[in-house]
Amino acid sequence: DGSGSVPRDGSGPPAPERVLFPPTFSVSEIKNKQRRHFMFLRWKQQQRKEKLALKKKRRKEREALGDKAPPKAIPKTIENQRVYDETTVDPNDEEVAFDEATDEFAPYFNRQTVPKILITTSDRPRGRTVRFCEQLATVIPNSHVYYRRGLALKRIIPQCIARDFTDLIVINEDRKIPNGLVLSHLPEGPTAHFRMSSVRLRKEIKRKGKEPTEHVPEVILNNFTTRLGHSIGRMFAALFPHDPQFIGRQVATFHNQRDYIFFRFHRYIFKSEKKVGIQELGPRFTLKLRSLQKGTFDSKFGEYEWIHKRREMDTSRRKFHL
Amino acid sequence: SLQVVWSMLGNRQFCSYKMTTKTQNFCRNEYNLTGLCNRSSCPLANSQYATVREEKGRCYLYMKTIERAAFPRRLWERVLLSKNYEKALEEIDENLIYWPRFIRHKCKQRFTKITQYLIRIRKLTLKRQRKLVPLRRKIERRENRREEKALIAAQLDNAIEKELLERLKQDTYGDIYNFPIHAFDKALQQQDAESESDSDAEREEDDDDDEDVDKREFVEAEDSELSDFEDMDKLETSSEEEQEEEEEVEKQASHSKSKGKTPLKGPARRKRPYIEIEYEEETEPSTKTKAA
Repeated sequence: DGSGSVPRDGSGPPAPERVLFPPTFSVSEIKNKQRRHFMFLRWKQQQRKEKLALKKKRRKEREALGDKAPPKAIPKTIENQRVYDETTVDPNDEEVAFDEATDEFAPYFNRQTVPKILITTSDRPRGRTVRFCEQLATVIPNSHVYYRRGLALKRIIPQCIARDFTDLIVINEDRKIPNGLVLSHLPEGPTAHFRMSSVRLRKEIKRKGKEPTEHVPEVILNNFTTRLGHSIGRMFAALFPHDPQFIGRQVATFHNQRDYIFFRFHRYIFKSEKKVGIQELGPRFTLKLRSLQKGTFDSKFGEYEWIHKRREMDTSRRKFHL
Repeated sequence: SLQVVWSMLGNRQFCSYKMTTKTQNFCRNEYNLTGLCNRSSCPLANSQYATVREEKGRCYLYMKTIERAAFPRRLWERVLLSKNYEKALEEIDENLIYWPRFIRHKCKQRFTKITQYLIRIRKLTLKRQRKLVPLRRKIERRENRREEKALIAAQLDNAIEKELLERLKQDTYGDIYNFPIHAFDKALQQQDAESESDSDAEREEDDDDDEDVDKREFVEAEDSELSDFEDMDKLETSSEEEQEEEEEVEKQASHSKSKGKTPLKGPARRKRPYIEIEYEEETEPSTKTKAA
């Protein structure tokens, strides 16, 4: 009864030498679920043992070689394997520098304008969105929250421009949670539409600090590499006044990872020259860019610089656009 | 025979237009005046019947009489009602003159309701309408999953700390934090035995340090008024200078005004390293947002 027999004593662990399988037998062919599960676990254990043995062997070989050992292999990560984007910005690129000197953010970066932000929501905001707007207003200096009250955006925008606002943020809400963000740079600036997710209000963050103070925070923009990412990064930078007050020790971070922009607001303290402690205050949220429009907000006649097209752009897991 | 028709449709046999619910019977016939399944409002069981229906924003009065019962194609006579509300009511009256009160009344009621909802439609189309975009479950799930993984890959805290330390090294904070006295002193002691040029440089640095000491104390006062001194205890302060500074800072702390709340205290009194270490900035925008 050697070939093709599975031990019949229920689910008890049989001694391995009694069992002989034909070479083409696979664990998934056993009809009985319990036994199949058991055999599968055993197979898994065996695989793990083999893997461990292999690792040990390799380590021994490496130690044996000592200095002559080949360098450690770098593990492949998605960031490593990222498809090379031809619009990646080279820091020394003149064309990019020239573009940036003449685009809509030039007056901000030349310090001619002081950012003044208007934060509003879609119609009839619910409590969570309202509280989120308030917290966002404390994070971004020189910002004002106004209720929407059914006003059309197209009519708000000229009024804002007349009152010297530089940026407009509209937080879209669905089913009582904020889920979208429209960031529009006002005098003829680009409009970016984001999808917002995992919004955490201040009380939901596990921390023991106090509220953000009135000091102007620093800004950190990480990983905005392509041209598109660059322009979005500049948009975010244009929200904050130019001179951060280091006394306040607050920092707002926009970190781009695989096309998701994570926003965090921290207070930092330098414990030594090599150690810094950060404490999270302020709301947090993640954004994913949906579209970038050249002019101010206009859904019908606007000229879109970039739209996220799912069929075309989501085909590869290693391709990112920001 | 209409009685027979009704007794069949209404109670016993099947009427395909009839919809029953727990409390009411409805009639799905498009010519029905009230929408309920009654003896008086069934268009099949009444030979003289009228309704008001609207098509593309205009209201029509439909009438059915016995004389045309044999001609199904010509059964329903249609009259266009005027757009003016009162005139239309008069038209209904004049067309349904000598008709039973019930039908006349119900026609006018139905006409009123229809005009009201037409007005509402016109008003709503002027306002902005919410565009409902359906979520696709698979895509939502995929995006959430990718976001989680991106969050893990981002290692935000580390990235932020690294960036802050780089900015410290690059001297963007100026004189506020004067850090590694520690490292400086150690290096000093190590290099004491070495050449004179080195010691000269150190002496110069010493002078600078003295000046910085004064500056330091002044600046520190603004920074550190609050009394969370736990970090100070943990720090190993071996040099005497530091202890002196601490005392002075404490004195000054009590005098200074409170500018803003700094709940985390910073015992920051270390020098900049005199060893220049160059770090490359990875992202260009960050250099732009540094203070000049």
